[in-house]
Amino acid sequence: MSTVMFDIPGPKARVRHRLLAVIGTIALAGIIAFVVYRFYDSGQFTARKWEWLQYKQVQQDLLDAVLATLQAFAAGAVLALIFGAVFAAGRLSDHGWIRGISTVIVEFFRAIPLLILIFVFYYGLPMAGVETTPFIAVVLGLMLYNGSVLGEIFRAGVQSLPKGQSEAAYALGMRKTRVMVSVLLPQAIRAMLPTIISQLVVLLKDTALGFLITYPELLYYARFIGSQGQFGRPIVPSTIVVGAIYIAMCLLLTGFATYLEKRNRRSKMHIELTDTKAKDIAEGAAAGGGAG
Amino acid sequence: MDVLLNNLDLFGPFFLTTIELFALAAVGSLIFGTILAMMRVSPVPVFRWAGTAYVTVVRNTPLTLVFLFFVFAYPLLKIVDLSYFTAAVVALTVYTSAFICEVVRSGINTVPIGQAEAARALGLGFGQIIGEIVLPQALRSVVPPLISTLIALLKNTTIAAGFSVTEAGAIRQYLSERGYNQLVGLLWVALGFIILVAVLSFVQRSLEKRWSVAR
Repeated sequence: MSTVMFDIPGPKARVRHRLLAVIGTIALAGIIAFVVYRFYDSGQFTARKWEWLQYKQVQQDLLDAVLATLQAFAAGAVLALIFGAVFAAGRLSDHGWIRGISTVIVEFFRAIPLLILIFVFYYGLPMAGVETTPFIAVVLGLMLYNGSVLGEIFRAGVQSLPKGQSEAAYALGMRKTRVMVSVLLPQAIRAMLPTIISQLVVLLKDTALGFLITYPELLYYARFIGSQGQFGRPIVPSTIVVGAIYIAMCLLLTGFATYLEKRNRRSKMHIELTDTKAKDIAEGAAAGGGAG
Repeated sequence: MDVLLNNLDLFGPFFLTTIELFALAAVGSLIFGTILAMMRVSPVPVFRWAGTAYVTVVRNTPLTLVFLFFVFAYPLLKIVDLSYFTAAVVALTVYTSAFICEVVRSGINTVPIGQAEAARALGLGFGQIIGEIVLPQALRSVVPPLISTLIALLKNTTIAAGFSVTEAGAIRQYLSERGYNQLVGLLWVALGFIILVAVLSFVQRSLEKRWSVAR
């Protein structure tokens, strides 16, 4: 197979590639070996550093921390989806003033760093006399920021549908709410589902920001256990374990997205989006929003 | 207004640190991300495999965890000592380059294969095909998502505030020590970021307008 960058290799190129493969393997093995050696040399692989994982209480607390992360994720995801749907509808509205307000709100929350939003809710609101907890601050921040991005995704999804879809629905005598709810939305959501789920992966990763305002989630627990003298301060092992848990959770969600995408492509109900640019924007928003 | 005017000595230098952090991490991740993208499209399987593994691991790890690793865990490995600022630049670069890699790779994929085949048929060499045919076209389609990624990087710099770097995200803490209203201070910080993001979006739009081609 020739690609954009490379032609099908001839005999000389094949030899060169094989040589590069050998050099590359050696270089990579060297880097990995060096890192592993540094870990070993600084005593990170000793049994003492890992024995904390054997304690019943620690396992229980680790599980609680995962649950706290998932709680913030679930609440944030549901609220963000609602927020996104409302403001996407607002930006698609026929009334200029609703469109204007929705655009300002969505652009506003997309431009502010999520951490600053969370700080506003956690440190700022008590100044105005409103009591908050870390959980509420994290969830509100996740809702506003990811909700705005999801709103853009929904809007791009609806706008990228072929114009004939809504025209045909109007010609059949449907009202605009009916057109949106029974014709445009089902198709847009179907087309945008992979993008929506990758934004949810971002949301899941963003829950780790709760660490900075002492919300007792997974990362907070990693730091806590890593500073315990009785286990030999295992901050390196605890970071690795927690990292593996995050990666596993995110990959599960991503795998779900890939599965849906594959199923989508097989389905006969699927409509090819005409406006690929709108789809690019939505995907760019999801890719770029990778905070946390 | 007082909160801003009485603390210009905070807002000025701290936002400057943010911009410094952003600029260094942006340059670093553009270079490293491009190298990763080259690895991911290379015809040598080992490089492809390594690039894919890196991107998969980093894209699914929270940035805060990357920070935690470089600030608290990395010093224990005793490789090279990093200051808090350098550690923040490294963490942001490690994280952002995975996203830059994906953007550059998808940009290369948008160039129709016929373009390269035609160039080969005309007898152009590898360097000419890349430099004259593929990259100029890939660059145009890459600019908008690339700047979106950089905007995300700019907003991500605030996380450094949680790891002892004195940048815009940390203004709140100093304001509260001086006894000012944190809510007002945070809103000024938010405004600062809105302005910075608006500048980047402006660059994005003008580049897009200048470089967009009808295909």
